[in-house]
Amino acid sequence: MKFLANIGKYFLMLQSVFGKFTKWKILKQLILKDIDVLIIGSLGIVSFISFFVGGVVAIQTALNLENPLLPKNLIGFATRQSVILEFAPTFISIIMAGKVGSYITSSIGTMRVTEQIDALEVMGINTFNYLIFPKIIALSLYPLVICTSMFLGIFGGYIGCVYGGFSSSGEFIEGIQMDLIPFHVTYAFIKTAFFSFILATVPSFHGYFMTGGALEVGKASTISFVWTSVVIILLNYLITQLLLT
Amino acid sequence: MIKVKNISKTFDDTPVLEGISTIFDKGKTNLIIGQSGSGKTVFLKCLLGLIKTDKGHIEFENKVFDSMSAKERSILRQEIGMVFQGSALFDSMTVEQNIMFPMQMLTNSEENEVRDRANQVIKRVNLVNANEKFPDEISGGMKKRVAIARAIVMNPKYLFCDEPNSGLDPKTAILIDNLIQEITKEYDITTVINTHDMNSVMEIGEKIVFLKNGVKAWEGTKKDIFNTDNAAVSSFVYSSDLFKKVREMYLKN
Repeated sequence: MKFLANIGKYFLMLQSVFGKFTKWKILKQLILKDIDVLIIGSLGIVSFISFFVGGVVAIQTALNLENPLLPKNLIGFATRQSVILEFAPTFISIIMAGKVGSYITSSIGTMRVTEQIDALEVMGINTFNYLIFPKIIALSLYPLVICTSMFLGIFGGYIGCVYGGFSSSGEFIEGIQMDLIPFHVTYAFIKTAFFSFILATVPSFHGYFMTGGALEVGKASTISFVWTSVVIILLNYLITQLLLT
Repeated sequence: MIKVKNISKTFDDTPVLEGISTIFDKGKTNLIIGQSGSGKTVFLKCLLGLIKTDKGHIEFENKVFDSMSAKERSILRQEIGMVFQGSALFDSMTVEQNIMFPMQMLTNSEENEVRDRANQVIKRVNLVNANEKFPDEISGGMKKRVAIARAIVMNPKYLFCDEPNSGLDPKTAILIDNLIQEITKEYDITTVINTHDMNSVMEIGEKIVFLKNGVKAWEGTKKDIFNTDNAAVSSFVYSSDLFKKVREMYLKN
């Protein structure tokens, strides 16, 4: 019952987010601050992970191509498909649920326990809009992070493959151009758009409605990471079923 | 003036407030006292509209809060200043930005006007050289002053304070109490303070409401407290030897 009540509460929260709007002058500053923290601040870790995981994907694929009849350009092809279809949009989103999601939950949760949210409410401010809307807008730039991840993942694969001596540069590049279905890229970005909304709202929900003290802020961050990941994985399955089958 | 009429509140079948009625007068420092867990904070949050009551109602200048339109509530909110127990200052803002914030959010005043008004109240609460500091760079007493400045920057009609001197040394606590009382007189506002500090009761208690287990057990002034024969309020107020002796001396004279 509590689970269903929380789902209802989440949707009521979303309704309130788009209720009474904060002044644009203030909102603009909040959005820019959130872009800096949530998007720009995530580029480093996303780039690092994407580059090396892309390299590992290429090397693993190369090591599994034992049949000499299989063309070497399959390494580039497999790397591209893995990175574009799953690694960049889904697994980077899971990583972001840990990084960005726990930041959102703990920052809003700390505001809750230190009564800063109560202070905003007493002033008559729509706290849902003030706290959550800027995060939704900031994370609408999340596809740029995924774009960077796709590029660096494939580039990492190229470096790993070519400099590891598994295939020539030409073969790898031929592989990443082979049988490209443009809709796969569209599908990846459709997923990303949904995930960005989840990344902004589910952690906000856990931070906003938390009760207790500092210890509970930590617990709320962990719970938020778990639920954001679960929702992303389920949504990933649903979108894949709807768009690719 | 705030009229509280027969309000009750229950959480998970546990009654927290039961049938409380009282009046908080304009231009006076009204105190809500009681032991921890007596329902003081819930009562204050009900007055602020942060918690909805199950029964009864609250009137601000004879207007019932629950029957106010969204616009009327929004206007009322702008007339309320609140000092929270932990000050509730925004960590990411400087002292000056914290004080300017309500005006920036709720008025269409120019930046210069907002800054001037903020500096006026900063002077009023005697905050020196703190404008550019962040909340974690200032002392507890200064935080309370910032919270008071933020609460009065919009010229409120009502000022609510939740344990305004908790965590402060006795000297600073009295300074904060006196500051709140001065502001109450100066701005002619209705001030409601939630406290369990007996120094505050003796210093600024113009009207005192005593809660016990969610029920109003007594109300009166600080002078009435010396003469009361209410056992519950006597055992709470005169729990320390110092206050027992003060009472004895008062009654002798």
